[in-house]
Amino acid sequence: MKKKNLYFLLNISIIMLIIIFIIIANKKFDSYVIRILNLCAIYIILGVSLNLINGFTGQFSLGHAGFMAIGAYVSALLYMSPELKEENFFITPLIWPLSVIQIPFVFSLIIAGLVSAGVGFLVGVPCLRLKGDYLAIVTFGFSEIIRVIFNNLQNVTNGPIGLKGLPIYTNLWWSFGIAILTVLVVKNLINSSYGRALKSIRENETAAEAMGVNLFFHKSLAFAIGAFFAGLGGALLGSFIMTVDPNIFSFLLTFQLIVIVIVGGLGSITGTVISAIIITVLMEILRSVEAPMNIFGLHVPGIPGMRMLVFAILLMTVVLFFKKGLMGKKEWSWDGLLKKYFPDNER
Amino acid sequence: MTLNVFLQNLSNGISLGFLFALIAIGYSMVYGILNLINFAHGDIFMMATFFAYYAITFFSLPWGLAFFVAIFLTILLGVSVDRFAYRPLRNSPRISCLCSAIGMSFLLENFAIVVFGGRPKAFFRPEIFTKMHIISGVRIHSVSIITPVIAILALLVLTYIIHHTKVGLAMRAISRDFDTANLMGININKTISFTFAIGSGLAAIGAILWALRYPQIYPYMGIFPGWRAFAAAIMGGIGSIRGATLGGFLVGVLSIMIVVFLPALAGYKDAFIFIGVIIVLLFKPKGLFGEE
Amino acid sequence: MSVLKTDNITMQFGGLTAVSNFIIEVKEGELVGLIGPNGAGKTTIFNMLTGTYKPNKGKIYFYDKEINGKGIDRITSLGIARTFQNIRLFSDLSVLDNVKVGAHVHIKSSVWKTIARWPSYLYEEENIHERAISLLKVVHLENLKNDLAGSLPYGEQRRLEIARALATSPKLLLLDEPAAGMNPQESKDLMEFIIEIQNRFKLTIILIEHDMKVVMGICKRIIVLDYGITIAEGNPIQIQNNPEVIKAYLGVEATYA
Repeated sequence: MKKKNLYFLLNISIIMLIIIFIIIANKKFDSYVIRILNLCAIYIILGVSLNLINGFTGQFSLGHAGFMAIGAYVSALLYMSPELKEENFFITPLIWPLSVIQIPFVFSLIIAGLVSAGVGFLVGVPCLRLKGDYLAIVTFGFSEIIRVIFNNLQNVTNGPIGLKGLPIYTNLWWSFGIAILTVLVVKNLINSSYGRALKSIRENETAAEAMGVNLFFHKSLAFAIGAFFAGLGGALLGSFIMTVDPNIFSFLLTFQLIVIVIVGGLGSITGTVISAIIITVLMEILRSVEAPMNIFGLHVPGIPGMRMLVFAILLMTVVLFFKKGLMGKKEWSWDGLLKKYFPDNER
Repeated sequence: MTLNVFLQNLSNGISLGFLFALIAIGYSMVYGILNLINFAHGDIFMMATFFAYYAITFFSLPWGLAFFVAIFLTILLGVSVDRFAYRPLRNSPRISCLCSAIGMSFLLENFAIVVFGGRPKAFFRPEIFTKMHIISGVRIHSVSIITPVIAILALLVLTYIIHHTKVGLAMRAISRDFDTANLMGININKTISFTFAIGSGLAAIGAILWALRYPQIYPYMGIFPGWRAFAAAIMGGIGSIRGATLGGFLVGVLSIMIVVFLPALAGYKDAFIFIGVIIVLLFKPKGLFGEE
Repeated sequence: MSVLKTDNITMQFGGLTAVSNFIIEVKEGELVGLIGPNGAGKTTIFNMLTGTYKPNKGKIYFYDKEINGKGIDRITSLGIARTFQNIRLFSDLSVLDNVKVGAHVHIKSSVWKTIARWPSYLYEEENIHERAISLLKVVHLENLKNDLAGSLPYGEQRRLEIARALATSPKLLLLDEPAAGMNPQESKDLMEFIIEIQNRFKLTIILIEHDMKVVMGICKRIIVLDYGITIAEGNPIQIQNNPEVIKAYLGVEATYA
């Protein structure tokens, strides 16, 4: 059969497998394992969306936490019931009409994503002329400004207290579903003429422009789509941990995403997916190192800060010795697999 | 708002400004020579306070000696950070250096948490630094007087080094044109190490003065002054020592004045700093005062 | 109607005037050479034509349409393409992808249709692929199509740059020192190559070059620039015997040699 149809069938099979996996997981797995699976999926969404901006388009943005915060707040403020809102906003009441609105989770997600995308676009505009370090600083600045604003707008975000007791809408269907969507959208974008244009900007902006690539449009595109999925990720995270407050979306979070993207390879979706899973699991394992343990009756005190120290060392190691990360710019693809095992097939 | 209160706040702002200037110079010099924003600089500042703290409490050194030891150790730390985290990436793409700097920053912070503990410690303050002086009705903390004196001394020494020594000449040459300086036989690595040494040394001096004024030290303490000083360096024109100093003042005085005159907006203090940085980077990338 | 017409364009940087009152008119199908000593302003003129610089004075007309001050990518989409003096390829992209980027400027499918893999997009993508392959065949690089552009030897990188520029479907092609670093045999091949692509793609070409064999060999008309001013214009024979030109290149004494 034609190659294209074969690949399509293979992709559908993978998705079917994932669906079956989720059904089994929901029935049989321990809630702790399910928690980790959800986190893996959320970090895949966040990592892949960051890689679109940083890795494929070469715009090293440190502002991802800001987009996540927007997504988290917008969605929460939309799906929370008026009663829950009244409970939370006990110092200053929430402004109208937010105080009375309540819409289903799915719509709140879509709106959250769109608002984040809008902000992503706005952040991208001034960054058009900036490169390297300066771009990083400005995007970081935006992220911090967003955090400070959310920390202060008592009547909209409830200030530093944040929103608590959020209903848990995030489950394996949502997290894996959106993760698959993110990977598909970014993959389809990257493996297209627009994707080549984005990569050309990363490689050599001057030449890209000379070849007719509109820098404004394409950089904005990367920021908007990256921010859209970051917003979804933030919304999912909020409903998952039942809390949305300004301190969750700090530079620490962006740093973790940067580590995921660098370790996986700045130009590889496959790398980011694998890396997100590995690092999420690693984070959980290290969490136990930070808490005190009982080993054979000996009380071993926890070592706080160990988790992030290991992360920092991991990042330094990769940056210094494994510059291309796990996959570099390579992708795992049906095509590549085919070539490996059936090398006589040629396009 | 009486004149006295105003002057008091002003003197606070000026002395704070000097502190920011001392730290900002480190950012500026490293950027001028390497085009790298040393994210770890604020954390090197933090380490200085801990070096001094342990020198006094653990090794029972007299505070004068302890301070010098701390400065020396900080210089060693700064040079090592360059040697092991930045030098290997000299010829790599900029993003690698950026990631290395960010990683180094987190590494130092969390190393401090693991080894020193996250809880704030009380920095030892010798008698003479805790006195309050009253000059024509205005209450000024002794640290507020000593800070400008020491800072100005340090700046004078720095200016002498930059303009009247071979090393200083080398540093200026590398800032102008990296490749030509290399071809002219200037030892790039040594000069860069020296730059980090100076920057770290000044940061250490600033750190001790800071700890004398705000005697609570903890692993994340470098973040606040680090970003303020960084903003100062950017606004003054990164790469320029004069700019860093002027920027330091601007940020120091503004920080205090905003809280005093616009208390309603105090919560947005951090945001203003970043808005300032963003505006400068977008519209006047060479800084408010132009490039040196 | 001429392909390109400039009307006294001038470029100043601060106190320095790089190009002064430059006038040129190029008709369809011409192959014009632009020569002059280093620093004469030739690349500056290319930069003005492609939109990298906006002329301080004067206007540029492309098929009678004013283009000065328009964006670089816009001008490329109108039909002007260029190669660079120092090669600017997309090193980490494949040879094939490099060429395909050139085709992006004329894409009709929207981002939505692209992501959704709409049939109209798939059709366009197929066309881009076929065209890129055929362009690579023209420059004899189709066997290296999956190699990384950065791994190619110098001469082949130059040819790739030209293929990439051709992918933008230009009507006017600006070549900036395409023969730089080439040995005599390679230069000779280049000369034939330029004529071939000119005929095949019906191009108008302006060529900056220092290699006089190439210039005199293929350019029917040559413009000579010195210190930003046009000092001579004519066919190869006229230029070779023009005392001003000789003076500019070799100094005053040479005119009396």
